Amino acid sequence: METYTLLRGFADSWFLLFMTLFFLGIVVWAFRPGSRAVHKETASMIFRNDDRPAVDEADASDADAGQRQGA
Amino acid sequence: MWDYAKLIVLAAVTVVAAYAASQARDLAYLVHMIIIMGAGAGFFIWQIRRMDETTTHNQGEYLDGVIRYGVIATAGWGVVGFLVGVIIAFQLAFPNLNYELQQGLANFGRLRPLHTSAVIFAFGGNALIASSFYVVQRTSAARLFGGNLAWFVFWGYQVFILLAATGYVLGSTQSQEYAEPEWLADLWLTIVWVAYLVVFMGTLIKRREPHIYVANWFYLSFIITVAMLHVVNNLQIPVSIWGSTSIPVWSGVQSAMVQWWYGHNAVGFFLTAGFLGMMYYFIPKQVERPVYSYKLSIIHFWALIFLYIWAGPHHLHYTALPDWAQTLGMTFSIMLWMPSWGGMINGLMTLSGAWDKLRTDPVVRMMVVAVGFYGMATFEGPMMSIRAVNSLSHYTDWTIGHVHSGALGWNGMITFGMLYYIVPKLWKRERLYSLSLVSWHFWLATIGIVLYAASMWVTGIMEGLMWRQVDAQGFLVNSFADTVAAKFPMNVVRGIGGLMFLSGALIMCYNLWKTVTSVGEAKPAAAATVAAE
Repeated sequence: METYTLLRGFADSWFLLFMTLFFLGIVVWAFRPGSRAVHKETASMIFRNDDRPAVDEADASDADAGQRQGA
Repeated sequence: MWDYAKLIVLAAVTVVAAYAASQARDLAYLVHMIIIMGAGAGFFIWQIRRMDETTTHNQGEYLDGVIRYGVIATAGWGVVGFLVGVIIAFQLAFPNLNYELQQGLANFGRLRPLHTSAVIFAFGGNALIASSFYVVQRTSAARLFGGNLAWFVFWGYQVFILLAATGYVLGSTQSQEYAEPEWLADLWLTIVWVAYLVVFMGTLIKRREPHIYVANWFYLSFIITVAMLHVVNNLQIPVSIWGSTSIPVWSGVQSAMVQWWYGHNAVGFFLTAGFLGMMYYFIPKQVERPVYSYKLSIIHFWALIFLYIWAGPHHLHYTALPDWAQTLGMTFSIMLWMPSWGGMINGLMTLSGAWDKLRTDPVVRMMVVAVGFYGMATFEGPMMSIRAVNSLSHYTDWTIGHVHSGALGWNGMITFGMLYYIVPKLWKRERLYSLSLVSWHFWLATIGIVLYAASMWVTGIMEGLMWRQVDAQGFLVNSFADTVAAKFPMNVVRGIGGLMFLSGALIMCYNLWKTVTSVGEAKPAAAATVAAE
């Protein structure tokens, strides 16, 4: 079989089905139970860390962390 | 050690470019090699003067210097792009403006790609790169990944713009709309773009927030898709490595399809997805409310990227492209209307409970009008992609009007809003210099767009009808020159609209300049109060 015909056949059958299901899966996933709290949290994350990055404990040992404390 | 490697690479680039310049087969290539040589030598000197300094990347601070440069580049290239647009608008209205002296350098044919690329890639591209660096750092709570790689992305992109711009003026083009730069500039952009992806992805990977905020999804899809489109549409074989001309790999209808797969997705992912990333961050920030529906934003994103990629064939109605492909392109374009309006509603409804800001804050007004134009252009586009409508609208100025209500209204206005938000933040100023100047900018730009779009609708539909008009014997009634003559008043109105838009942008530059130079420094409010308590 010609490569074109083979790929064309695959594209408009199995891959089309895969993409449709994938998309529907995302929609269902977005509306899953419990997503409301997660989305609320994520939507308001932009209101923190406006001026400097969040720093966690691991960074305290970094050389530049010492410099920051000095500054 | 790494600095020495940089020096060696820069020296090698400079020497190779100098040799290539001496071998140049055409003027554009010669100029390009001189630019590369100059850039290589300049960065070599810059680097060698700083050999003893140790550059520190303090992970407790954001890398904002490169964003400040990006903001300046955005405003500067914006003015250049709008100015060239005004010039070519008046060249169309008054053909005498293509006077003899500038033939072959600054006539309409040479300036037109300069205008489109300057506004899309120089103005829009710099706005996207700068704002994506800003957003990805704030929403990842992490400094940009890759140290100075972000600086390479910025300067590398400016070099690409210079190569492209000088190439157009000197006639070096591969004649594919929005993909005009020849193989050398294409290769360079590929390198810069991969570095951009590394910086962006690296920052996302080292993020300190559990979730990737939706704006970053839009920016990421823009970066990845543009890389893919750029590489596939620019598969060209250079005639000689000492010359700028090349031969395309694709031919015939495949070439046309690849070009418009590229072209429409440049609109879909560069001018839509990327700028939607801007919308999803800067509108909530400016109105100080989270986005209306985060669920809708997720569905907006996935629906948009699943549908946009198929819409390209609507540029090739009634051509040699198979009918099924034309129908496919048309169908997907119409389906796109839904996610687009979902996104528009999401952006607008973010203001719910804060509609008063529309009256008090001209920056919010700008952003809302941008989203309004997004909705308008994404309604008009699907309509024009219907084959029957396209038979009237294609090749007419209606298309030009459509593009500009999207580009000036949506991309331009959301970028202006972003700049008004970001400049006081980046330079740590407590406010903008003047809100009334923002209002002036807003009204000049809005009325300018309305004049532009309305005149292009009228002239586009008029010329479409004139072209298809036949008499009782079936002969065409109008010659092409008849339509050109009939379009004159609308062409003048279009030029005036463009001039208003340009004046607004100049006012913005003045306002932003004064914001940086003569507004008091912002007090580090949040941190200080917490400490005081």
